[in-house]
This record gives sequence, C-alpha cells and structure tokens, in this order.
Amino acid sequence: MSSNDSSTRQAPAARSSDDGSAGSPVGIGFAARLRALETPWLWSFAGAILVWFVIAAVFGFSIAGNVVVTALVFAVFMVLVGLGQMIVITAGPGNIDLSMPSAIALSGVLGVQLMKGRDDLILIGIGVALAVGVLVGLANYLLIRVLRIPPIIATLSSSFIVQSIAITQSRGMPAPPHALQAFANARLFGVPDIAWLALVLSLALAFVLHRTVFGRALSALGQNARAAWLAGVRVERVRWVTYVLAAIIAALTGLLLAAVSGGAALDMGVEYMLISVAVVVIGGTEVAGGKGTVAGVWGASLFLYLTNAMLNALGAGAGVRSIVYGVLIIAVVVASGHKARQ
Amino acid sequence: MNWTLDRATLRALLPAFSLVAVLAPIFFLQPATFSYFGIGLLLNLAVPLVLATLAQLAIITANDLDLSIGPFVSLVACIGATLLADRPLVGIAALAGCVLLYAAVGALVEYRQIPSIVVTLGLSFVWNGLAVLLLPTPGGASPAWLTSVMGYQTPFVAAPILWSTVIAVLVHLLLMRSSFGVRLRGTGGNPRAMRRFGWSLVRGKALLYGIAALFGVLSGLCLLGLTTSADANLALRYTLLSIAAVILGGGEFIGGRVSVIGAVLGATTLTLAASFLAFLNVSPDWQVGMQGAILIVVLSLRVLLQRRGGQR
Repeated sequence: MSSNDSSTRQAPAARSSDDGSAGSPVGIGFAARLRALETPWLWSFAGAILVWFVIAAVFGFSIAGNVVVTALVFAVFMVLVGLGQMIVITAGPGNIDLSMPSAIALSGVLGVQLMKGRDDLILIGIGVALAVGVLVGLANYLLIRVLRIPPIIATLSSSFIVQSIAITQSRGMPAPPHALQAFANARLFGVPDIAWLALVLSLALAFVLHRTVFGRALSALGQNARAAWLAGVRVERVRWVTYVLAAIIAALTGLLLAAVSGGAALDMGVEYMLISVAVVVIGGTEVAGGKGTVAGVWGASLFLYLTNAMLNALGAGAGVRSIVYGVLIIAVVVASGHKARQ
Repeated sequence: MNWTLDRATLRALLPAFSLVAVLAPIFFLQPATFSYFGIGLLLNLAVPLVLATLAQLAIITANDLDLSIGPFVSLVACIGATLLADRPLVGIAALAGCVLLYAAVGALVEYRQIPSIVVTLGLSFVWNGLAVLLLPTPGGASPAWLTSVMGYQTPFVAAPILWSTVIAVLVHLLLMRSSFGVRLRGTGGNPRAMRRFGWSLVRGKALLYGIAALFGVLSGLCLLGLTTSADANLALRYTLLSIAAVILGGGEFIGGRVSVIGAVLGATTLTLAASFLAFLNVSPDWQVGMQGAILIVVLSLRVLLQRRGGQR
C-alpha cells in the first residue's frame, strides 16, 4: 500500500494544476488522472470484496447474498455519516464535526415527534428535521468564526447543547408514521429504498465535489486555506456551506435511522461518531484535507460492515470485533503516513 | 505592587472566575454545602476527571489530541476490578503494558507523521474491545486497598480538594518549572527548535503519551475506588469532557500552550455543572447542555479580552 502512496499523495497538486487551464489535456493526462483518482478508494472496495468472498467460502453463496442485502441497509447509515464527515474533513486540517451524533438524535427525535405517527404530517416532520440540520450547521460555523476556536471544540460545545435539547424533546415519543416506515423498509429491484436514496445523494455529492466551483473551492481550501483565499476563493462561504451540508446529512440520517428502527432514540447516533471518521479514513480521503472521495466512503462502509458480519458469523464477540476495527483503522493510517523528516 | 489588572491577567484568571461563578450560587442557595462533608460530596467525582484532564493535557502539549482517553480510563477500571483484584501481579503487568502501548503509539504518531486524532480513534476501539473482553457485563469489585484509599478522610480539608490541589501543584512544577517540562512542552511548541537542539521528537512524544497513560491509569483507579465496580462504558464521556476542561482552563491546540492549574479548575467546574443545575431546580436534562454553555461563555469572554487587548 505504501508503494502506491507516493503517487496519490502528489496527485492533488498535479491534478489541480492541470485542471486550472481551460479544458485539460486528454491522452497521458487522462491516464494519470484515472490512476490518481482511482487508487485510494479501490483499496477499500478490494477489501470489501475480499471479505465477502471469505464469507461466501465459509457459509455458501446464498448466505453471502443475504449478507449483502443487510449490508445495503445498515452500511447505508455509515455511508451517510461518512459523507458528511468526509466533506468537513476535506475542508482542511483540524476540520471535524463532533456534533453529528447529537444532530442525528435531535433531528430524529424532533421529526418523529412532529409527525405524531400520522402520514399527513410526514412532510412537516422532514422539513423540521432538515431545518434542525441547517441550524446546527450554522451554529457550528458561527462558533468557529466568531469565537475563533478550533472546529473540534466548536462542534463539541454545540453538540453538548444540541444533545440536551434532544433529551428535553424525547418524552412520550410516538412511532414513526406507517408510510415512512414502509418506505424505509421497502425494496426496489431487490435493493433497499434507503440504499437508492443514499446512492442518489452520493452521486449528487460526487458531482458537486468534482465538477462544480464549490467542489474545487472546497478542495483548494483544504489544501491550503491561504493560497485559496489569495486565489479568490470565498473561503468563509465555502466553510459555512460545508458545515451546513454535513449537519443536513446528519439530520437525514437521524430521520432514516428512526424510520428503519421503528422509533427515534437519543443514543442512536452515538456509535456513528467514531464510525464516521473511520470510514472516511479507510476510504482513502486525505486526512489532512483537500481531497475527498465519495466512492471510498462506500467501499470503507461496506468493508467495515462485512468485516463485522464475518467476525460475528465466525462467533467473535463484541470485544474482538471492536479490537479488529481499531487495529484496521490504525493500520490504514500508518500505511498512508510517511516517515518523519530528519 | 501594581494592582491594576491588565487583560492578560484577567484572561489567565478566567478559569478561576468560572469556577467561582458556578460555586458561589451553590453555596448561596444551599449553605449546608459549605462544609467539609458538603464540599466532599459536591466534588467527589472531580478527582478522576481531573486526572483524565491532565492525561489529555499531556497529549495537547504535544500538539495532538486524544480521542481514546475515555475508553482507556474505562479499560483501566475494568482491569482494576478484575485482574488487579484477583491476581495483583497480572493486573500491574497489564496496566504497565497499556502504558507502554500508549508510549509506542506516541512514537508512531511522530515517526510516521500521522494525525493523532485518527490513531487515537482507532485506539479507542481497541481499548473498548479489551474492556468488553475483560468485563462483558458491568460488575467486578474494586480491590479493598483502593476503596479505602479513596474513602480516606483527610484532616481539615475535604479529600477531593486536597488531592486536586496536590496534583495541580505537582504537575505544574513538573511541566512549567523544570527543564524537563520545558523540553516536553517544546515537543509540541517548537518542534523545529527541538530537532535542531538534537532532542528526539519521537522520544518526546513517546514520553508525553506515556505520561498521559500514567494519568489515565490513575484516573481509572480513582474512579474504580469511588464507584467500587466497573463497566466497559464507565468513563466514555471523559474523552470529550477532558478536552473541554483543558480548553476551559486556557489551553490551546496550537503550540503546546497549556495551563495545568487552569485545566484542573476547568475539570472541577465541569464536574459541578450537574450540582449547579440541581440546586437551581433545573431539570437534569440540561446537565450536558450546561457544560456546553459554560464552554461557550468562557471562550466568548476569552475572545473579548483578547480583542480588546489587541487594540491597545
């Protein structure tokens, strides 16, 4: 893994310089770009496929097929939180959103409360939940900007408050409306609806990241904030859009989690805090910022979910699974690091 | 003597002010708490958090961040309640192994130039997994000597205050007033200068991470002594609370600038948030929110003081 690493590490600089000129050259440039773009996330998919084959070899193909379908339900939540965290991390060193679990809790709780179990109130619930996302994102950004504190502290303080609000709103929770539950548990062409939803969202996000001015600006900001500012990128606007987008994705995740599990719970987002960072890192997103990958988040989510399923099927307890997760994360980040300068 | 308070002094005194701001209303509303036993009860759970905060402070001194301290403290408590209670030597070996592992991770972070947040994130899964393996369900028992140490009634001043003060002063002297401490702080504050002086950054980080692990071990044992039984998820909240306490105490992420005494005051303030709300008759739902609000208010005040200071 470390042998290909040097090429990916230099990729962002090379790529942005050749995209800077109008109409990038095709030929050699295209091949180089393809290699640079594909390598990091390919690893996580390779890992996912490998694990799947192990499952198939041990338990047979029909069980392995079922595992994929459940993976598409539960890995989707990892994908969603991962996408949100990915764009925040892409915004540069130090950027991280610790408020995702509490945003998931508050939007899920508030959305389900407002729907009151009635199908006609679903839209209101969704609207309010997404509005919660926007507000949390804006609050995060304002804390970072006005108090001039590192994003990790800003999102930490806001998460404490958001969590408290969620606790106060969680009394007497109704079940989510039938239509919403039906949607969350239905399938289209054998693939769960929520997986389609996540896929559409991912494609949209990939387009935004790689083909729009905002995506370029985000990448530039992540690579070098000062250079981006000097080049005329409206740095602050990119920052607030980033945090709001991440919080909206968290809000959506909260609603879907509540819909799939038949009710919103205060702690339903807790486990996704660490997972969101894990899938981003394993997926091959540059941890120092400037280079995100949507496909990598999918690959890493499937990889982690399948690894979990495999260990579970092999009889490993929660403790062993957790240790394997940890060692995997550390191994990936150590492999992608480079030696200290002397 | 010059009695005018300039803004830098005010800034340095902020952690003390915030503690007084939380403590004064409690004493006012419930004068009974202003006694040996009252204060002891109020601050009972402060000592483990103070120690966890100092662990976090050691990592922040290295310009890094530790997302694994909460699970680590929980793991230590689990080791204490199982191995240390049944087979003391095995327990001590396990704790020493954890400290060495921590130091090795510190060296690795520097050697491979990798972000500490991600590495400690991975570590947190490892600690939690080990804790679950040791103690699948809450339980175990604190070793008798540990419980009696934590239950020891100190003369004149309530134990939590005495312990916190002693810890704060000792660590302050070590980190701020000794040449060893200057070298440690240089690891995070000015790595280039350290390298040019011929001091190994890898060793520096390994030392700081090892120190963090030592404080983590102390924190876990203290917590176990107070709760008398352990749980793999006992102290998960310490991760975020310890970061908040260091920042509340005037520490900064960049440049290894930290304040030991401030951090201890910060941890104490955060511990009191719950009692504060209880005495004000506010629902305990807002306990976490209160901690967030304290953080935001103190950081805003700091910015205000800084800005005015900058204009002069």
